[in-house]
Amino acid sequence: MSGVGIFFFVAIVGLTLYVTYLASKRTNSASEFYTAGGGLTGWQNGIAIAGDYLSAASFLGIAGAIALFGFDGFFFSIGYLVAYLVVLYIVAEPLRNLGRYTLADMIAARFNQKKVRGAAAVSTITIVLFYMIAQLVGAGALIQLLLGIDYWIAVLIVGTMMTIYVLFGGMAATSWVQIIKAVLLMVGTVVISFLVLWKFNFNILGMFSEMKTATAHGEAYLHPGVRYTNGIDTISMMIALVLGTAGLPHILMRFFTVKDAKTARSSVVYATWIVGIFYILTIFLGFGAAAFVGSEQIVAANAAGNMAAPLLAEALGGDLLLSFVSAVAFATILAVVAGLVLSGASAFAHDLYGQIIKKGKVTEKEQMIAARSASIAVSVISIILALGAQNMNVAFLVSLAFCIAASANLPVIIYTIYWKRFSTTGALAAIVTGLVTALILVILSPNLWAADGSMLFTGEPLFPLTNPALVSVPAGFLGGWIGTLVGQRADLKKYAEVDVKATIGLK
Amino acid sequence: MEPIKESGYTREYPYEEISEQNNFKSLKKRKNKFIVGISIFFLTAYLALPILTSYTTILNTPVIGDISLVWIYSFLLFIMTWTLCMIYVKKANGFDKEAEKIKEDAVGEVTR
Repeated sequence: MSGVGIFFFVAIVGLTLYVTYLASKRTNSASEFYTAGGGLTGWQNGIAIAGDYLSAASFLGIAGAIALFGFDGFFFSIGYLVAYLVVLYIVAEPLRNLGRYTLADMIAARFNQKKVRGAAAVSTITIVLFYMIAQLVGAGALIQLLLGIDYWIAVLIVGTMMTIYVLFGGMAATSWVQIIKAVLLMVGTVVISFLVLWKFNFNILGMFSEMKTATAHGEAYLHPGVRYTNGIDTISMMIALVLGTAGLPHILMRFFTVKDAKTARSSVVYATWIVGIFYILTIFLGFGAAAFVGSEQIVAANAAGNMAAPLLAEALGGDLLLSFVSAVAFATILAVVAGLVLSGASAFAHDLYGQIIKKGKVTEKEQMIAARSASIAVSVISIILALGAQNMNVAFLVSLAFCIAASANLPVIIYTIYWKRFSTTGALAAIVTGLVTALILVILSPNLWAADGSMLFTGEPLFPLTNPALVSVPAGFLGGWIGTLVGQRADLKKYAEVDVKATIGLK
Repeated sequence: MEPIKESGYTREYPYEEISEQNNFKSLKKRKNKFIVGISIFFLTAYLALPILTSYTTILNTPVIGDISLVWIYSFLLFIMTWTLCMIYVKKANGFDKEAEKIKEDAVGEVTR
């Protein structure tokens, strides 16, 4: 690795550690730890939300997918962006009004029973673990490629860094790492897109025309259907993307970090512009990589196409731009996994320990100890799992996380807020049915089974869809409905309280 | 089961009474109508994309030069997201004012 490259890495690591040091001086209460004391401003939280969206999967994954499969790769950009509306319109505000740190808080505001809170916490932890393993495995493989160090060392470096940010700086440090990374990522993406456009003489029409002949797919490259040929599977994947994002714990947690609903909304406006512009630019990243690097070289570096953006940076801007983009990719991974550790730790320390085991009777000091211990536990468990999962298909883990988020979290959220007769049994049934259905269907799906032995198990998959959201999301809704019919009657007095709180934000 | 009591977190308001008030009911009705209506709209517009691309070739029609309808449709989904996002903020800030009024009345009653 060149001197410039080392400089960028050291600069980014140094800057994030400095920010963590500053944040650590303030982080001495549970509220500071989980939500930065609700003290972020609209634009700060907006950039941080954008940062949470712009994960390595977005930057490296989508650029690679568009480079290799044309329009079909762009499906992801559309799905992640529109998911914003689900978050904003359906989830964000009631969540803020009813909860304090976690999703389980919100559901427990209506069904204050250990088993309901416990089930919500378990689904959060399951999502966090799968998503985290996916990020860490991807990170390990990527850093191995970028820096030429061993997989296990790469995982340990990322794992140690994320633990340091969260342990010492809590949400404040995690947010600032996210803000730094989001700004750098936008700068990098704009620069590369500008260079790509320059190469096409700033003629977007001309770029599309050239892309017709630039790849082996010919004209089909510009049309959908290069990669996704099964209609039902494509629709199912799009459902998981749009509904799953709204159930991801680290995204939901962001809405607790500002002081009021108005600030939360303004942060979403900032985030939507940043994220939307970024996703439009993924077209230039993808087309550029296809035209100026070529699919053979991209696949040779990484079969899933994850190296498309770094290779494009090298082709356009030489070692300097490659180093910058690699360092930014590294920062992107760090920021997202730190957010995941924090949301996993909140489910462990706040929900399971603080509210269920100690029944809410915990001192501030005990809460901090629990939060920090849980952060270490979540980090260590995911590092160990990631070390063992080196050869697992990352896309499968991500699709599983999204599917569980959409199936286990979204039905219970919607019922809790909008359905008067929804009962405790229904809440429990909705979470468990969604979670179990998503898990079982993924285990039986083509993600793990292939007749030709190319997957983990050899044999015909029992469930045909790669992404089971089309079945598992309705299953979650159905479970909640049946549970409500068979269980005890709903507590209407409690619903009146939840209804009033969710609608007008009375606390 | 005991409700969770934490200082400054759970306060008792006459929730049932508020939920029966006309101004609350009217606010809730308009809020839900807005949210449900727009949500159905954008989810339909969104899911129409994979349905159209999977079962028809209509979106392959070129519109501007070699840019086909599917790219235009996708771009419109981006415009839709930005627009609906700003509409939400505007509308919700309006709802806030009414919510504030209901809240003030309720808090006033409790402290009286």
